[in-house]
Amino acid sequence: MLERIGAPNLESLWASIPEEFRVTGPLPLPAPLAEYEIARKFEQWGERNADASRYACFLGGGIYDHFIPAALRSIISRSEFATAYTPYQPEVSQGTLQVMFEYQSLIRELTGMEVANASMYDGATAAAEAAHLAAGATGRTRVLVSAGLHPHYREVLRTYASAGGFTVEDLPLAGGRTSAASIARAEGPQIGAVIWPQPNFEGIVEDGKVLTEAAHAAGGYSIAVADPVALAILTPPGEDGADIVVGEGQPIGVPMSYGGPLVGFFAIRKTDVRRLPGRLAGATVDLDGKRGYVLTLQTREQHIRRERATSNICTNQGLMSIANTVHLALLGAQGMRDVATQCLERAHYLAGRLAEIPGITLANGDAPYFREFVVRLPGSAEAFARAALERKILAGIPLARFDRARGKDLLVAVTEKRSREELDRYVETAAQWARTAAAKAPAEAACRS
Amino acid sequence: MSELTLRELSVPGHRGPRLMPLDVPAQGAERVIPKDRLRRAAPALAEVSEPVAVRHFVNLSTLNHHIDKAIYPLGSCTMKYNPKLNDEVARIAGFAMLHPLQPEETSQGAMAVIWELQDWLKTVMGMPAITTQPVAGAQCELTAILMTRAYHRDRGDAREEVIVPDSAHGTNPSTVHQVGYRVVTVPSGPDGRVEMDALRNAITKKTAAMMLTNPNTLGIFETHVGEIARLVHEAGALLYLDGANLNAMVGLANPGAMGFDFAHINLHKTFSTPHGTGGPGGGVLCTRQELEPYLPLPVLEKNGERYSWSYERPRSIGRVHSHYGNFGILLRALCYMRTLGGTGISEVSREAILNANYLKARLVEAYAPSHPGYCMHEFVLSASRQKARGVKALDVAKRLLDFGMHAPTTYFPLIVDEALMIEPTETETKASLDSFAEAMLTIDRETIEDPARVKAAPTKTPVRRLDEARAARRLELSWQDTEAHGGAA
Repeated sequence: MLERIGAPNLESLWASIPEEFRVTGPLPLPAPLAEYEIARKFEQWGERNADASRYACFLGGGIYDHFIPAALRSIISRSEFATAYTPYQPEVSQGTLQVMFEYQSLIRELTGMEVANASMYDGATAAAEAAHLAAGATGRTRVLVSAGLHPHYREVLRTYASAGGFTVEDLPLAGGRTSAASIARAEGPQIGAVIWPQPNFEGIVEDGKVLTEAAHAAGGYSIAVADPVALAILTPPGEDGADIVVGEGQPIGVPMSYGGPLVGFFAIRKTDVRRLPGRLAGATVDLDGKRGYVLTLQTREQHIRRERATSNICTNQGLMSIANTVHLALLGAQGMRDVATQCLERAHYLAGRLAEIPGITLANGDAPYFREFVVRLPGSAEAFARAALERKILAGIPLARFDRARGKDLLVAVTEKRSREELDRYVETAAQWARTAAAKAPAEAACRS
Repeated sequence: MSELTLRELSVPGHRGPRLMPLDVPAQGAERVIPKDRLRRAAPALAEVSEPVAVRHFVNLSTLNHHIDKAIYPLGSCTMKYNPKLNDEVARIAGFAMLHPLQPEETSQGAMAVIWELQDWLKTVMGMPAITTQPVAGAQCELTAILMTRAYHRDRGDAREEVIVPDSAHGTNPSTVHQVGYRVVTVPSGPDGRVEMDALRNAITKKTAAMMLTNPNTLGIFETHVGEIARLVHEAGALLYLDGANLNAMVGLANPGAMGFDFAHINLHKTFSTPHGTGGPGGGVLCTRQELEPYLPLPVLEKNGERYSWSYERPRSIGRVHSHYGNFGILLRALCYMRTLGGTGISEVSREAILNANYLKARLVEAYAPSHPGYCMHEFVLSASRQKARGVKALDVAKRLLDFGMHAPTTYFPLIVDEALMIEPTETETKASLDSFAEAMLTIDRETIEDPARVKAAPTKTPVRRLDEARAARRLELSWQDTEAHGGAA
């Protein structure tokens, strides 16, 4: 090969790299390992984690242990999907492009919106890009964000806001739900958007209609951050009049995988299609009049428009959006309703049983919830979660993680996978722990919280 | 016949895998959720059985080109082979079924993986600080430019501009604009490198940072990078390495030594994680120690044998992802690095450069190179000679598809007329490079003997050239749109 190149030696090929910047000798890193050595090493690391295959997982907060069909894993493992790239040459990417088109159609159906893009990085960045779109569309930069939105999403919104396109203000909760009255009370003009969750971080179903009306009355966009499983039975935000609906696609066919890769969905009204960030597939015909698909409206995107692009997003989460599409196809309308209904029923069964235990209450009273709720314990929620680990239960997310004043509150999620046996084991564990907590000096419990 | 859509395949009542029966007393959604919050009608999703769904997606998949099938020489995309072990490791239940908000003592194995990957990447880059939270190169850019703003703000030094060469990827100017800085474009000189006099004039006290792709998108190493770093730093600005082309430097050159303050890594390019039809990618951002306090939250720490996430970082720009980035991709990248080891990683770029130069040497007899001489891991040809015969770079690209190969990146970088940007990567064999060269040379002969054939290409693909103008004019973005238009086109 060198002869053909006409180079005297390999080194001459990189003579343009000044010597002072070159690495001499191999990198000071360990030697290569055989496949089976590596597999063993990673299995050992895996064993140090308490995962949902060995523990009953009641952790939620936007990431859930839902059922993923075997056929889905088989399809997204195929080289044709896993090792292809962005469909820059549509003639040899019709598989990718048609799945994108179907994904866009399914997201449109779930959200009740008019256009969906081909995916974003995750729910949090989708929310930030939605705020950016709304600020651009309304020419108003104040974005009111419900305190019931996932705390991490609110952090990402603040980070993206620091780029200068919009500002973020918190909207308080009243009785566990986003306060529509406080939208009206937010003084001054310039409200570009109201961002509200459906359901919210504590599992409670929001009144999207009232929130949307308040957002519109203030002159801003109504942006919903919705859970795709909940949308199988809840009123879609599109019907509530929302202008943008985004959310996290992990619950529909993507493994939890320690929080990534995730996938964000992004749906809008037709009037904003030219402001849409990310990739978009559209149907057309080829030279013979045969139906086919292409990436369309690419003049919105950075590789064409550079500094005038709607977003800097390039690579998105293609394979995860394929997983979403396959999942929705395999479960179908009835399957998705069954999943949602089972989540709701199992969650309500567990919450009801827990609330019967002396000392344990539901923190949000009788506010309506979907698959997640907050229990208030007679002691430290973190201590309870540690105790539950011994019974092979991942009991929930202690809210002290986000708010130190809520040391006794635990966010508990229940999916269709949690069996009656697991739910009853949870109840027993909680009852036993509550009795012990009550027996201990009350002063100690107070101190820990 | 085109593959039908899921909607067209639907038969009412058909469905895939079932759930276990509900074994708790049912209350009924309508009793616990206010009636107006419940969906009136079920969403009109597909209704298909598992075998129908599987055939549908398998049939669709066969319409795709992919790296496991044949060469995929998209310039600056680094389409190298993705070892299968990486995917197998990512499927281990201890990782795949791990929740991000578990107690830290129950996720030490995952944290150990991130820690080790960070360690290896810091060694490769010669840089001391790192975050694996961004999920793509473009998000690394956004993170770094936000950090740049915070850095200058802490010095009470409001700056307004970021310098970007005219050969840069579109994400650079787009990111700069998104953060509210003004883009200052510097031209490339006749040798394809940043024009140094123009750069000297562009750098002022208003300059916040410069973004540099090295080697640049022409596949040429920016030999003056040391001088560029000196000029940028003298002005009090920061230098960012767009790592899109890192596959030319792994184990061969040291970005830290070149004076970069930031450097990003695309794990899906350099470290061989699958591209997944356009993601998930993996973005890693390395920085100089002084910038470490600005890294996104949280930052991984190790005390003795225990890992923890640190949130106590008052100067951080904040969070850029819901959790810790694309963990499944981080796993795969570490698996790849472990397979190669220090010695193997040191070979990656050397072999990629050899392959690119060999291919370039074979093609320059027919296609005009953007610049003479050796290239790094990729090179740019111009189809200017072919254009004189009435055949464009686009036609050459489309004709390649008929040979069962993917086309190079076309019409980029913007500064080369009729650009064909070719990156073969180190995982192509000499035989594969030769086949690609033969195809390109055949196409060149066709541009003389039978240009109409090239212009009509492709003819052997599942569809022929598609009407993109029509797609943009008559928007049909979902099957609901298809129905509103009165059926498929």
